[in-house]
This record gives sequence, structure tokens and C-alpha cells, in this order.
Amino acid sequence: MKIPCPLCGARDRREFYYMGTDDYLLRPSDNATEAELDNHLFLRDNPAGKTQDLWYHETGCGSWMVVSRNTITHEVYGAELVMERKKEAR
Amino acid sequence: MRYSGLKVITQGLFGNKGWGAAWRSPEPKAEYDAVIIGGGGHGLSTAYYLAKNHGLTNIAVLEKGYIGSGNIGRNTTIVRANYYMPGNSEFYSHSLKLWEGLEAELNYNVMHSQRGQLVLCHSDGQRDTLARRGNAMLNQGDDAELWSRERVREEVPYLDFEQTRFPIYGGLMHWRGGTARHDAVAWGYARGADQRGVDLIQNCEVTGIDIENGVVKGVQTTRGPIRAKKVAMIAAGRSSQVAAMAGMRLPVESHVLQAFVTEGLKPIIDHVISFGMGHFYISQSDKGGLVFGGDIDFYASYAARGNLPMVEHVMEAGMTLMPMIGRAKVLRSWGGIMDMTPDGSPIIDKTHVEGLFVDAGWNYGGFKAVPASGWCMAHLMATGESHEVARRFRLDRFRTGHVMDEEGTGSQHNLH
Repeated sequence: MKIPCPLCGARDRREFYYMGTDDYLLRPSDNATEAELDNHLFLRDNPAGKTQDLWYHETGCGSWMVVSRNTITHEVYGAELVMERKKEAR
Repeated sequence: MRYSGLKVITQGLFGNKGWGAAWRSPEPKAEYDAVIIGGGGHGLSTAYYLAKNHGLTNIAVLEKGYIGSGNIGRNTTIVRANYYMPGNSEFYSHSLKLWEGLEAELNYNVMHSQRGQLVLCHSDGQRDTLARRGNAMLNQGDDAELWSRERVREEVPYLDFEQTRFPIYGGLMHWRGGTARHDAVAWGYARGADQRGVDLIQNCEVTGIDIENGVVKGVQTTRGPIRAKKVAMIAAGRSSQVAAMAGMRLPVESHVLQAFVTEGLKPIIDHVISFGMGHFYISQSDKGGLVFGGDIDFYASYAARGNLPMVEHVMEAGMTLMPMIGRAKVLRSWGGIMDMTPDGSPIIDKTHVEGLFVDAGWNYGGFKAVPASGWCMAHLMATGESHEVARRFRLDRFRTGHVMDEEGTGSQHNLH
């Protein structure tokens, strides 16, 4: 499996650290309830099929990226820097 | 039919023509007292103990494939009770005791072999941890022996004792640990449940869970609707999809765990051996194949196959530990889908819907838990109360902070 790093190009999966779903980016506010924190940290949609998750290019450029891929076929559709996504959100 | 040595001999003399089917293939009824979603090891043992311990026999087990087609037939068959934390320790202890009586209980040869499980340590710190774990096991009433390097060498001389990178400091021997024939466990429980009147419905996928005013009413399936007073979701590998039908999000992320088997060899590895530094473990099957595996592939996956980096890692770990297996040819590798939870411990609990229960999140420890998981899930479904050895396997423990992180690796699903 290769991950298409937006800065380095397609690189071997071994260069990346895997964090989990991109739900992690939707951080609840400091005043969040217990249920909201539980939902953010632990509960997962865990889709069988298309998913978006966070990968860190540990032995490459050191970027965090959101990778779109398929959990059933291991097909990788693309990747976007977390930095870019945060800019869009602003 | 009751199986016996005499039956084997007489059937053998007359061409083995008298063996009937081990269980019926009934049509689903319109209504049951309880429906179990998932005909894997845990679902079948739940059905068995509901019938045996609680006299509940108007039950159906709904399996989307065939009995034994899921993780119960894809694991590396290890049975052990070497857990440290309260909550896990008593549960797996209970499970091992059930294993020890399982063949007589089911009248089925599950080939349970208590050949001993040896966990190795490679530093002073690891040895201290093993000593502490061994003491916890002894306090629980189970067995453990802390072995010196010399004792390990005496028993398993073929490990690489000369290497300097991961020197072997000793190990923890758990003699009552071992292996079992995984398919036979599914078949034995299936046959036992069927004999007590449980309907095993194969090729029947659940497509919806009917809930009215917070109470479960039944399920929709590919073979029509089935009404039920109680519904149990026991579908590890697809737990999140099943729970989603009830509007739930589970604390589960699915990961693929690979396993490997070599060509058949003469007996060389007598025990189950776990490498303490590379997440590698190995045993030898009765057919002679070396069965071994390592860690999960680390990214969420539902593909029942893994990727090459973990294959390479497992082979490297195996060669580091016991170079003698280097010439054995790997015949097959495969993957199973694990319900990984944020603390590495499972869930046996009620849900927010009345009459709906969940048994999930077994990480990669589900096989050895099959008897006790069914025992405790049946207890919960029949009495409405958690069984005392499974009382900490709560669905809401992440919200309340009562996590059981056996390995102490943190709250990410893939770290366990």
C-alpha cells in the first residue's frame, strides 16, 4: 500500500504513522460534556468501505494528512494536508 | 447421536455410513424468545449456555454465512489465562476452567491441548513485569512459573540465546495454557445448542433491528422478518455495522490481524511461545504446521488479508527468536478482522435499547474467551444482571473512566 503524500509523492506505507479516523480533527470545545468527549475520543463510525483517516509522514516530510481510502479493498484515493483542511475550515 | 470410541469403531467397520448431520437446518420461525445475531464461537456458546444453564430453548442463531466461516475459523487457536488486571483476570480464569471441561461437556473432541504457554522476557524490567503478572495469576488461582534463562534454555534450547540485541532473560510459563482445534469449538457448540432445541439459521443476514419506543421487537433478515423479545449482537468483525442498525456507535475500530502456517513438519515446538520484544508467537499444530502471527497491520481495515510490511515484520521477529525455522516454507497466510477497542478489553453489556444486548470488542483475544463469553452473555440476557466475572466489561466504561488497559498503551484503538 502506498500513501500519496501531497509533498513527497507516493510513498511506502511503512514511512507513515497511523492515528485513526479524521474525527480527531473535530475537537470538542473546552466546555464539552462527558458524552461529547466520549464520542470524540472513543466512539467510531468505523465504516466498511470509504473512509478518511489521519496519517503522519514520520520518516518523510513530517506532515499530518487526511487520507481517503477504502477499508475493504485497501484502495487509496488521495490525500490532503491537515494544514490545508484547517485553512479551509477557517 | 452421542459420540464415543465404540461409535468410531463400529462406524468404521460399516463404511461410516451411519453418521447423521451434526445439526439440523431449520427454517426460521416467525418469533423467538431470543435471537442471536452472529453464528461464530461467541454467538454459538451464548446460545448453548442460554439453553443449558437458563433453560431458554426458543432461540435462533442467525449467521450470514455458514457456521465457522468467521473469526472462529481464522484465529491461531491459543487458549490461556495469563491476564493481570482485575476484571480481565477472573474472566479468563473462568474461561480456562470451562475449556478444561469442554470436551466432556460438549461430547466433542475440540483437541484442547494444555501444552504450556511460555512468554519470554528480554530485560530486567520485563522480568519484573512478568513476575508481577505471574503473582496476579497465582492469586487468581491459576498457574504460573517464573523461569530463569537457564530453565528456558533447558526446555527450549533452540531459541537464539547468543544474540545481543534481544537477549533472553527468562520467561513466564503458564502450563495450563495451550491450543485447541478452532473449527471443532464452533461445531461442538453448534451441535450442543442444536440438540437443546436452538435453531441455527445459516445464510441469513440481519438487515435491520426493529425498535419501538426504546424496546427491541425483532430483526429484519434476508430470509424475512423475525420477532424476538431479546436480541443479542455478537458479530465481532462487523460489530459496528450491526450496532449501527440500532442507531449506536461503538468504541470499536476494525483492524486486520494476519496469521501464517508453514508446511507440516515433525514435532519440534512443544509449547506456545511468545517473543517479548517483537509481538511474535508460535505453536505447532497437530498436523505439524507451524502456526504463528504478530501484530495487527495498524490501520483500519475490513479486508481479510494483510499487507506485506507486517508479513516482513513477523518473519523477522520469528528469525530473531528461533533461526531454526528459517527453512520452513510458509504455506498460507490470512487475515481476520478484529474489533479493536480503546483499552484492548471487550464489551459484554446491555444497550440503551431494552432487550438489546452487545458482546463485542474482543480485540485479538476472542478465541480463548469463547466459553466464558457465552456463559456470561447468556447470564446477562437471562437474568438482566452482569455475571460477576464480566462485570467490568461495560459499554460505557470509556465515558466513565473505568477503562481496563491491560497493556498500558493508551487510548488509541490500534495500539493494543
